[in-house]
Amino acid sequence: MHVIETGNTAAALAVKLAGAQVVAAYPITPQTPLTEKLSEYIEAGEMDARYVPVESEHSALGVCIAASSAGARAFTATSANGLLYMHEQVHWAAGARLPLVMCVANRAVGAPWNIWNDHQDSISQRDTGWIQMYCCDHQQIIDDTLKAFRVAEATSIPVMVCYDGYLLSHTYMPFAIPDEDQVAEFLPPFRPSYALDPGSPANLNTVTLPEVRLDVNGELAHGYMEIRYLLQEDLRNAVQVVEETDAAYQAIFGRGGAPLVEPYRCDDAEYVVVGMGSITYQLRDVIETLRAEGHRIGVLGVRLYRPFPDAAVAAAVRGARGVFVMEKALSYGYEGALCSDLKSALYDHLGELGTAPSVKGLVAGIGGREIRTADLADALRSGLAGSVPDPNWIGIQL
Amino acid sequence: MGPRGYRYKTSHSQPGPGDGGATGSWRVQRPVIDLARCTPAKRGKEACFACWLYCPDVVVSRTIPPQIDYEYCKGCGICAEECPTGAIEMVDESAAHEHED
Amino acid sequence: MKEIRWHGRGGQGAITASKIVAAAAFGNGLTGAVMIPTFGTERRGAPVFSSLKIAREKIYDLSPIETPDVVVVLDHLLLKEVDVAKGLKQDGLIVLNTPKPATAYDFGGARLAVADVNALSVEAGLPPGRVNSGIIGVLCRAFDIVPFESVLEEIANEFAGKKPEANARAARLCYENATVREATAAGVA
Repeated sequence: MHVIETGNTAAALAVKLAGAQVVAAYPITPQTPLTEKLSEYIEAGEMDARYVPVESEHSALGVCIAASSAGARAFTATSANGLLYMHEQVHWAAGARLPLVMCVANRAVGAPWNIWNDHQDSISQRDTGWIQMYCCDHQQIIDDTLKAFRVAEATSIPVMVCYDGYLLSHTYMPFAIPDEDQVAEFLPPFRPSYALDPGSPANLNTVTLPEVRLDVNGELAHGYMEIRYLLQEDLRNAVQVVEETDAAYQAIFGRGGAPLVEPYRCDDAEYVVVGMGSITYQLRDVIETLRAEGHRIGVLGVRLYRPFPDAAVAAAVRGARGVFVMEKALSYGYEGALCSDLKSALYDHLGELGTAPSVKGLVAGIGGREIRTADLADALRSGLAGSVPDPNWIGIQL
Repeated sequence: MGPRGYRYKTSHSQPGPGDGGATGSWRVQRPVIDLARCTPAKRGKEACFACWLYCPDVVVSRTIPPQIDYEYCKGCGICAEECPTGAIEMVDESAAHEHED
Repeated sequence: MKEIRWHGRGGQGAITASKIVAAAAFGNGLTGAVMIPTFGTERRGAPVFSSLKIAREKIYDLSPIETPDVVVVLDHLLLKEVDVAKGLKQDGLIVLNTPKPATAYDFGGARLAVADVNALSVEAGLPPGRVNSGIIGVLCRAFDIVPFESVLEEIANEFAGKKPEANARAARLCYENATVREATAAGVA
């Protein structure tokens, strides 16, 4: 069934279909309509879950951590400063290996106060050990959120499903709602790897020593370093889990096929624009314009940002002369984080070949600055002519 | 090139009318003061000023009689709600505009 | 692709109106319907606009409409503060809720459809100020993209439990009572 609804509604429908058992959230624009919908579903009896209203985002994730530790399928959502306020618990959820799912309606962070879209909030969570997916439209929001539960539970790693605040969260567009029975086939009820049990008490994630130790049963227990290494190892292996999950989803629902990177007209491209989220779809129109002008250019949407699909990214731009990375966030003091990640992937995978393309970073849409399609085309035209605009922030007026 | 002084490196606004635009156009209803019932107007003394005190947008003056700046009044109706003598009435804005046309 | 820009005030229901047209378009095979509201400044009473883009193929560009085919204005008092005709295409159309006749307006000679949606909607049994179903009737009268009957069905769906009959009646009354002034030779400025 198709509906025309907002991105927030797409996310809420996915969470309902996934049968999340505990939802805890604190309102923040532009995420709020998502969790409002969930509270309505629960209140109306359409969703058998406990909605826990909390006094802060830190507590929202705290509740989810507790619920997940007790074996419940748990969900939260936030944006911007709410996500930053959660930050300590964001790390905790990953270190505790809890298969939570969180939607982030991406929004700029203060100061100055701003409620509009960019990616600084979730990019700032890059190093927390979560899996991060970025959506380009509503179909991807509903599909990815469902996949996120399966990926999280298969890897025991939490998943953040990121989508552009307002641009996707509040825009109406058609999308297909997956059939309930098929969802049940794709995502069976949560069977936790471990759940708190009063009959068999345990302390979770208490002080863990730098060194390994023998536990009460005389077995070797990992130190902090081993536990953290295993998170890294499982995250790296999660690339494959994401691919397998997408294949399973595609087999049932007929949608998907590009869970790591989504290339558009990249096959013969001399130049590739790389980005994340809805801007990569807007860039498709720009690519068509530039192609009509004779430029061989394509766009690559990075759909899975953590774990970083370095091999897939490098393979997608292999053979290109130049890459433009179009970002809505910065690692302040250097460059866009995606730009650095991409350069690193090229060094690892193409460096020896001596054929790595040149890489130029561009910044757009910070704090919701309108991204005019014509401005994107102009910036890329000057990049193709050999010099990206200086400063490389598209639309800046100093 | 814009200014690069410290003040321009932060978001900075100062008290004064209209930093949020001419918000008067948002009104659905406008507050109208009946001076015959308004305490300071009636007594000719600095008194009451509940409307001035409660107005969240500082568009009511602390004068005799109090004056409402319709350029910025959003028509929230708090003054009408708080006026102890019921001197402020919320009047349908479209009616007020039709007269102006 | 057809681009319809809606101008209204926060709380007036411009978003609901454009959503109804989008849903009717989708039902008629125009599956690329997207509606992008004003972001973040949708305070009650404040001027807002939304961008409705309709096409057979998927629409990838979610930036606001700059060169509309149609401009729909839910409140004629907005004309005082917003340049609603900005960027209107050469053969563009303006749809306006106003108590005044079409001859009271110029818009550089652009095609214009008007109706007193406020009054007609009250006549249809809606509370004063509910103009979003009525304005769709005016739009459909002058702009042939979706059969009016499909729009009426979507109105019934959207307002299920919220006076669906009165809303449909308002749309029909406005459809029937709209006056359309064809573009003058001068065309659009």
